[in-house]
Amino acid sequence: MIATGVASLDPALAAAASHPGFLSPTGVEIAFVLVGIATLGAALVTVTTRQLVHAALWLIVALGGLAVEYLLLTAEFIAWVQVLIYVGSVVVLLLFGLMLTRAPIGRSPDADSENRWTALAVAVAAAGTLVWVVVDAFRTTWIELDGPAQGSTEATGSFLFRHWVLPFEALSVLLLAALVGAIVLSRRGRETAPGATAPRASAPGANAPRATAPREDKR
Amino acid sequence: MHLAYPAVLAALLFCTGLYGVLARRNAILVLMSVELMLNAVNLNLVAFDVWLRDALHSGQALTLFTIAIAAAEIGIGLAIVLAVYRNRASSDIDRLRDTAETDEAEELPDDPDDESDAEAPEDQATAPAGKAKKAEATA
Amino acid sequence: MTTTTLAALVPLLPFLGAAAGLLLGRSAPGFVRPLAVLPSLASLVIAAVVAARQGGGPAIDASTQLTPTGSVPIDLALHLDGFAVLVAVLVGLVASCVQIYSTAYLRDDPRYPSYAALVSLFTSAMLLVVYSGDLMVLLVGWEIMGICSYFLVGHYWETPEARAASLKAFLVTKLGDVPFLIGLFALAADTGTFRITGILGSVAHGGLDHPTLIALLLLAGVAGKSAQFPLHTWLPDAMAGPTPVSALIHAATMVAAGIYFVARLLPVFAESGAALVVLAVMAAVTMIGSGLAALAQDDIKRVLAYSTIGQLGYMSGALAVGDRGAAVFHLISHGAFKAVLFLAAGVVIHAAGTNSLAAMSRMGGLAKRIPDAYWTMTVALLALAAIPPFAGFFSKEAVLVAAEHTALGDRHVAPAAAGWTVLVAGLLAAVLTAAYATRLWLLAFRGRGAEAPDHGRQPAAMTSVLWVLAVPTMAFGITVGVITDWFDGHSLTPSLTTAVLSTGVGLVGGLVTYGAWRHTTAIAARTPMGSVVAHPDAEPALVEIEALESHTAAYGPAGDAPDPADPGRLLLGPLHRHAATGFHLDALYAALFVRPVQAAASLVRFLDREVVETYVRGSATGARWLGTAVRRAQTGNVQTYLSALLAGSLVLAVAAVVFANVNAGS
Repeated sequence: MIATGVASLDPALAAAASHPGFLSPTGVEIAFVLVGIATLGAALVTVTTRQLVHAALWLIVALGGLAVEYLLLTAEFIAWVQVLIYVGSVVVLLLFGLMLTRAPIGRSPDADSENRWTALAVAVAAAGTLVWVVVDAFRTTWIELDGPAQGSTEATGSFLFRHWVLPFEALSVLLLAALVGAIVLSRRGRETAPGATAPRASAPGANAPRATAPREDKR
Repeated sequence: MHLAYPAVLAALLFCTGLYGVLARRNAILVLMSVELMLNAVNLNLVAFDVWLRDALHSGQALTLFTIAIAAAEIGIGLAIVLAVYRNRASSDIDRLRDTAETDEAEELPDDPDDESDAEAPEDQATAPAGKAKKAEATA
Repeated sequence: MTTTTLAALVPLLPFLGAAAGLLLGRSAPGFVRPLAVLPSLASLVIAAVVAARQGGGPAIDASTQLTPTGSVPIDLALHLDGFAVLVAVLVGLVASCVQIYSTAYLRDDPRYPSYAALVSLFTSAMLLVVYSGDLMVLLVGWEIMGICSYFLVGHYWETPEARAASLKAFLVTKLGDVPFLIGLFALAADTGTFRITGILGSVAHGGLDHPTLIALLLLAGVAGKSAQFPLHTWLPDAMAGPTPVSALIHAATMVAAGIYFVARLLPVFAESGAALVVLAVMAAVTMIGSGLAALAQDDIKRVLAYSTIGQLGYMSGALAVGDRGAAVFHLISHGAFKAVLFLAAGVVIHAAGTNSLAAMSRMGGLAKRIPDAYWTMTVALLALAAIPPFAGFFSKEAVLVAAEHTALGDRHVAPAAAGWTVLVAGLLAAVLTAAYATRLWLLAFRGRGAEAPDHGRQPAAMTSVLWVLAVPTMAFGITVGVITDWFDGHSLTPSLTTAVLSTGVGLVGGLVTYGAWRHTTAIAARTPMGSVVAHPDAEPALVEIEALESHTAAYGPAGDAPDPADPGRLLLGPLHRHAATGFHLDALYAALFVRPVQAAASLVRFLDREVVETYVRGSATGARWLGTAVRRAQTGNVQTYLSALLAGSLVLAVAAVVFANVNAGS
């Protein structure tokens, strides 16, 4: 894969040689790296913090940072969509979810599962591999950010509704289906829950002591 | 701008999300990590689209679609988590072990349900939820 | 119908009878007896017709090939020469008599249907052997007889003796059958055919490359089937079977098959002088050894069994000097009088309530109680002792004449050494034969003491066949002038020298035994012994079973009885102890074969239980441990699964990248 990628980049390689190296970054690059560090830091806090609600709030920072990165890459429209949808709705949904599942406020010492160290190993190995491969493949590739903005609302509107109309409509059907699915899932749960719990609730006294006893021991 | 910067950032973000998916216990936190992974992919798409200067701008179009699909995914995902929570009084992924192979494999399908249903109220009321759940999961 | 069709019917009818008997035995018990007797009788009649039509003329050959069988062409072939048709008549006669006798002898036996069917199958197999013109088809009959003998000898399988005897009969004959089979294939390899006519034609043109090897291999099978030394040990033990079965095996079927087979293929054996000498020595050892052993036996049936072995030795001797006419002549006359002897012995055992001669010798009035058995047995014993003018005299004379001619160089088929061996052994055996025949008669019918238990009148089915068979016993010898047409054409009439000699030594043997008996009767009165069973209303076979069991209990195994009044003990002196156990051959075999095999079996058992089983168990344990380990991995935690999945795909991705770089670099 790399081999073919490098081969196809050969013409660009010659042009890239004239661009500044990593030791003499441009202003955009400096801004990108700084924002990127902030984004990555926020993301890391998101996946490591023990306060569930904080995780959602740090996610806002990370997603917002990404929106800034989009802006720096001249993809304005996507940056605003990112802010609108992710920061505005998805995170709000997640917060609602946390509240509906009665997530504890404050530090919960077991926010991470026992799988933590395996996960860390896999993640670090994956990061190492990916970074190695990406750097190996694209270390001399240069993005030309000058010229007309490629992601302005006008440009986006024109390619979206000129070339991508059909997928766009299909996507709207998908969203509808997701909407219906979410409603159905919620409704069915509400209808079956009393029926399902009724027989079990009939003898709570019998079940509770037996079930709680080992829990007490373990604690 | 070097393409390496957004590419490396995307890779690192992706792996952060990966760690979150594998390590987090709460299902909603797992969903957050999934969002991180999706965003890493989006960043890649945008960066390569800008670099390639594609006439169709397929990268940016795909990013928009991904965002829309991610929104749908988060909706459905939360619905599922809520349904599970309603049934099991827990949104901890590592307590959903119905498929576990144990020495008392016959007893498992019934036990978790009974326990969690019976205990749900006092569980939440009396104990730090996570610890109680962990103890129960290992019991 | 043509002669060929009739001849095909002869083995087929008893076979169909056996099949029908097995099928209907449970559901229609009323048909069992007709199904047992009628096919045998029909076979007898048809065999007689075939014999009359064949008339001693040239051999009739007919064959059909049902299907091509590749490199081993098997034809359903008939080869009807004078030997075949006459032996078939004998087989039919004895089988019919045995079947009729069995209807009374085993009348209340719950296993009678299967017994009768097996006897029919046995008969059918023997008739197949007799008529077959193809060695593979002959082998089929040969092996069916082997398995039938196993079942029939083991008919009283409730007794341990019968179980052991049936197994022994089967294993010993099989021991001979293995080289026999190899010999058959070697013969077919040399001559290129299994057809008897083809083989004989090939032999006549000198087409046999390894005559000695083939002959010796075949002789092993013959020795097993015809109970020749050293494979004869199964025959005395086979007395644990019902008496009619003994009669069938000894008179006409099983043991006759070996002799008959050699007679059929005599030119093959005649190709090898060494094989004939081996056969002669085998016959001589068999004759003398069995005569001595017969003199020491206490069980009346074992005496007869050893006498059978001895008479088969005569037949082997005749074959060893290359005179198959004499051999088959003796086979037929022996078949007749030995059938009488065994069937009469069954009556005697029933009437006396014991099979022990020692017990009979202390029992008075047995002869009056069973006059039919008394007279027929007397006649048959005279025939056995080769006293003129009974059948045994003429046939034995034919054997001795052939041996004499060979010894003196008048016949050149066999080496003179074989002739001398057979002649001398035959004369010695004649003394012994007369001696044990006299001893048997005196002890059985001239006993003094308490009256024999009353078993009522013997059934007509049992006594009538004795007289039927007594006719050929008395008269068959007279036909010696007529019968030569059937037997290769050369004369079988006795010569004066051998006749005087053998009759003389026979009389000497008888008289000496009589003297010894007179001497010992006084002792008999002083030492009472013997156990007697009496079941006046039960079937005769029941008495035999109980007599067999009580014999072992009373006197110990192997037919010996510690009877000081036995004339045989006086005559044999120190030899008696060895002769009673068959010269310790069984013990020798036990030491040579049985114990090593048992040791090997226990070794194999050890290897199987302790070594192989350990691996088997270990593999099971290993699989279980593996299963436990794998089960540990099935935690049910989705995140664990996902971690493993991603780690795996990571490894794959790295591998793909590395290999892609390596390939691109190369």
